[in-house]
Amino acid sequence: MGTSTLHSQAEAALESVVDRGVAIANPATTSRAAAQAQKSETGMWVAVSAISMSFAAFTSAMIVRQDAATDWQRFQLPHVLYFNTLILLASSATLELTRQRIAGIPEALRSGAAAAKVLLANGTYWLYLTAALGFTFVLGQLLAWRNLAAQGLFLATNPSSSFFYVFTALHAVHLLGGIGGLIYVLRKLVRTNGSAETSGLGAFSIYWHFMDILWVYLLLLLAIRM
Amino acid sequence: MGKLFAVVVTVITLISVSFFVMHTWWPPTDISTTGPAIDRQMDETFVETGILFLAGQLLLGLFVWQASDKNPARKIKIFPGGSTPLVAAAIIVVGIEVLALTFLGSKAWAAINLAPAAADSVHIDVQAEQFAFWFRYPGPDGQFGALHPEKIDEANGNYFGLDPANDVAARDDIVVGTLTIPVNRPILLTMHSKDVGHSLYVPVLRIQQDFVPGLDIPVHFTATQTGKFEIVCTQLCGLGHYNMRAYLEVMSEGDYEQWLKTQAGQ
Amino acid sequence: MHDTSAQHAVHQHAAPTGFIRKYVFSLDHKVIGKQYYGLALLAVFIGMVLSWLMRIHLGWPNWPIPLLDKLSAVGAPGGAMTPEYYLSLMTMHGTIMVFFVLTNAPFAAFGNYFLPIQIGAEDMAFPRFNMMSFWTTFVAFLVMMASFFIADGPPIAGWTSYAPLSAVGGDAGPGLKVGETLWAISIAIFCIGSLLGALNFIATTLDLRTKGMSLARMPLSSWAWFVTSVIALLAFAVLLPACILLVLDRTAGTSFFIPTGLVVSDRLQPHSGGSTLLWQHLFWFFGHPEVYIAVLPSIGIVAHILPVFARKPLLGPRASVGCMIAIGFLSYMVWGHHMFVSGMNPFSANLFSVPTLIITIPATILTLLLIGTVYGAKMRFTTPALFCIGFVSVFISGGISGFFLAQPSIDIYLHATYFVVGHFHFVMAVASLFGVFAGTYFWFPKMFGRMMNDGLGKLHFWLTFIGVYCIFMPMHYLGLAGNVRRYAAFTDDYLIPLIPVHKFITVAALLTGAAQLIFLFNLIWSRFKGPIASENPWEGTSLEWSTTSPPPFDNFGGKHLVVYNGPNEYGVQGAATDYVMQASPEKVVTG
Repeated sequence: MGTSTLHSQAEAALESVVDRGVAIANPATTSRAAAQAQKSETGMWVAVSAISMSFAAFTSAMIVRQDAATDWQRFQLPHVLYFNTLILLASSATLELTRQRIAGIPEALRSGAAAAKVLLANGTYWLYLTAALGFTFVLGQLLAWRNLAAQGLFLATNPSSSFFYVFTALHAVHLLGGIGGLIYVLRKLVRTNGSAETSGLGAFSIYWHFMDILWVYLLLLLAIRM
Repeated sequence: MGKLFAVVVTVITLISVSFFVMHTWWPPTDISTTGPAIDRQMDETFVETGILFLAGQLLLGLFVWQASDKNPARKIKIFPGGSTPLVAAAIIVVGIEVLALTFLGSKAWAAINLAPAAADSVHIDVQAEQFAFWFRYPGPDGQFGALHPEKIDEANGNYFGLDPANDVAARDDIVVGTLTIPVNRPILLTMHSKDVGHSLYVPVLRIQQDFVPGLDIPVHFTATQTGKFEIVCTQLCGLGHYNMRAYLEVMSEGDYEQWLKTQAGQ
Repeated sequence: MHDTSAQHAVHQHAAPTGFIRKYVFSLDHKVIGKQYYGLALLAVFIGMVLSWLMRIHLGWPNWPIPLLDKLSAVGAPGGAMTPEYYLSLMTMHGTIMVFFVLTNAPFAAFGNYFLPIQIGAEDMAFPRFNMMSFWTTFVAFLVMMASFFIADGPPIAGWTSYAPLSAVGGDAGPGLKVGETLWAISIAIFCIGSLLGALNFIATTLDLRTKGMSLARMPLSSWAWFVTSVIALLAFAVLLPACILLVLDRTAGTSFFIPTGLVVSDRLQPHSGGSTLLWQHLFWFFGHPEVYIAVLPSIGIVAHILPVFARKPLLGPRASVGCMIAIGFLSYMVWGHHMFVSGMNPFSANLFSVPTLIITIPATILTLLLIGTVYGAKMRFTTPALFCIGFVSVFISGGISGFFLAQPSIDIYLHATYFVVGHFHFVMAVASLFGVFAGTYFWFPKMFGRMMNDGLGKLHFWLTFIGVYCIFMPMHYLGLAGNVRRYAAFTDDYLIPLIPVHKFITVAALLTGAAQLIFLFNLIWSRFKGPIASENPWEGTSLEWSTTSPPPFDNFGGKHLVVYNGPNEYGVQGAATDYVMQASPEKVVTG
């Protein structure tokens, strides 16, 4: 995706800020938007606890399964995983850059639409980069699977490889879902002229950072157990 | 309507309780050394919960009866003292009951499950499979042969997967379909499953224990009466589950020795 | 009364006009609630017919059941079912009832419809997720039903699907080749739907309460739905991984639950090292809280309705809420009591037994508070009131037998007997359904704008109340006599004398089931011909009675209600009527 399209989208969005510039200033709308943000963030924390619970269940399943028999086979984790981890951590950083830019918009609007325009363009840029990094991570995980397959370790080969595939696949599914959410947030950001609240950026950030933490946890778990 | 409810709930309660009190349907007479503790505890629980059951249902009936009084002059009344006495009563009465039952219960449970089997126990290996129980005795050498699942051959009667050709200990193992035991001697069963989950339920011994595939599970007991009793499967194991059973035959010591000799000779 | 505070951000969209948006893929929590109710009604009808078939088979095994051979020529040649088909029907009965009825009706159906209204919100927090949660559940239902129509038939592993019977595949028996996979996939999908629903309930309760609706002023039913949604969130989050692992064992050749060296149908299974107890732990970690997912909403519904007809406040509302939370918390520490005879470490039996017995304390308090609420009441004996009182009775009966099963040593004898069947049907199924019946008769006027017929309702109550005792109390006797459950026929010497009891239960079940047709008729007839209901026909206080029957699309017609009182202001002295509504600014004189 070229940056020119990014910018033109952001510009189009900002023009509408100027056209309907009152939208952000209206207190009724902001309180409504604040409620929206609060609701989605509450929902996200609830979702995060449910996902944590699921992975806790998988973790205890893994511990029980490892102790159930003597067939647990240790293997070398593919090195690409560590590289992937860096990519994912970087994506959290770029997401924070987005948040910083978007958070500055209401302030910037007071000094003029142009400053806000730049901030929105900048913010969406970092968000696209976040998506790209997330996608790269998933591709990297695919590489890790190919690496494992090359060693003859498949889903059903050994309980250790079973859990490896289950953990990484489920995390990747959650992350792809996150990228879907990211695209939704991006479109909303553009449509709402950079309103952090109604776009669900806050809730999305909770999810994305959580995916990060979850991955680090899984990696440590796998590193100890494999 | 309220009076009718009070009457109906009272009648239902009394009929329900009466069948328990009359022991119309009741566990068969226990023939084990550990069973009496279970029976005692069950009796205890029946008395305690019976009182709670009667009190709860009859109180409900009584209050509903009173609440149906249509006298317009009557004012509503709040329960004396509000919710506190009820909360306190529940905590104290049920709490004491919980403590008592836990104390009694853990003793009974410990006698069955935590006490080790006696050293002179008769060792019997039990295998459950769809849809039969098989019992294996070590034979004159006192040694069980090793199990090889891949050698299981039902058609030729090798239910356990023994390897008599290479395994000396397996040659004299006795495999039968009836659990035959001597009276008044501790028995130690080692239970394993050939295929899926099963359970060994012997009502007269107050014993129920699952066969868990992949695990060897010990169960020990002592029977105090001779006779023939039923063993049934209580863990859903497939289409023939309802039909999966065996018999427990408790013999006098002499009969048992004789039986063992006959089996070994075959 | 206009509330400018931040809660009302939901219905920016106007009411939909097209059929699809209005009735099918609706975002309106009221429509979704009715959809859940409809699905539960369909499911309970199927589940009930299955129980009829099972009961007929148990009483009169060779009697050809009309049309059954049309459903499955293999399973019921000539109409008399085979033992394996009995197990198929039993598995489906349990699964349908537990998941699609007891989870859906009191929690998802009524919760969806009334939680937002009772807290003064215009909709759920996430209407789109709400719609998705229903349709996900519906897909799960279709997948489950599909197993009736495959050659192999529905699975025979029971609603608990114990591994390895459920995991090794077609070798273990009929229905275990494809049917069991459908089962596991369906339940996994169901989990996703329930998680979405629970998420919605929690966020709605936390964030969308109207001005003045503090947590302390929330009706008990809303509290119950809230607590239940927290339980459901954690429980289904564990069942989902369990189902995923089960599907992998069945289709991908992994060995999570299948140990080494199993020989099934003369075939050495190509798996090794798995743990069958792992399935049981994961399943019951969900399975026990599931009992409370089924029954807590009904406790809440009863605690909400009973004061309306007792015309006095609920006794100890705060203690009741505390007990619900305590039950929810404890429900996660007791799963092992389903596994006393499973061969897990015998030391852990006491560990699970103690909290199981302790859980009876909050349950007893809840029951006593309901009984204490009836004390000194001027009771209005309407149909919903009768079902509330009936609930208390069956809840006592079901709860009492729990004392036996909570003790490992007694459980050794009673485990897997009809004692257990009688216990959980009373406490989980009948109690829960009594709450649903009470809720239906109570809220029908609000949901459809018409009253249900009270005479038919009472007839339905009496037949059902006496009927359930005739069905489930004798099961305790059977269990005491050692009658094993999940048997397709009773051929053992000691079981044959018990068959007359089974015949009695069968007749009672058929009659009680038939009595439910009165309810069904009443529902349909009242929907079209019932007398028009006023806004507040029962003189209740909570917010659902402060809007039209049925409520408009945004629940309160653009008004933002402000709450001044708790939900419990009945029998108020000095008030214009004997009650003060939550949204009424009238001062309540305490004293």
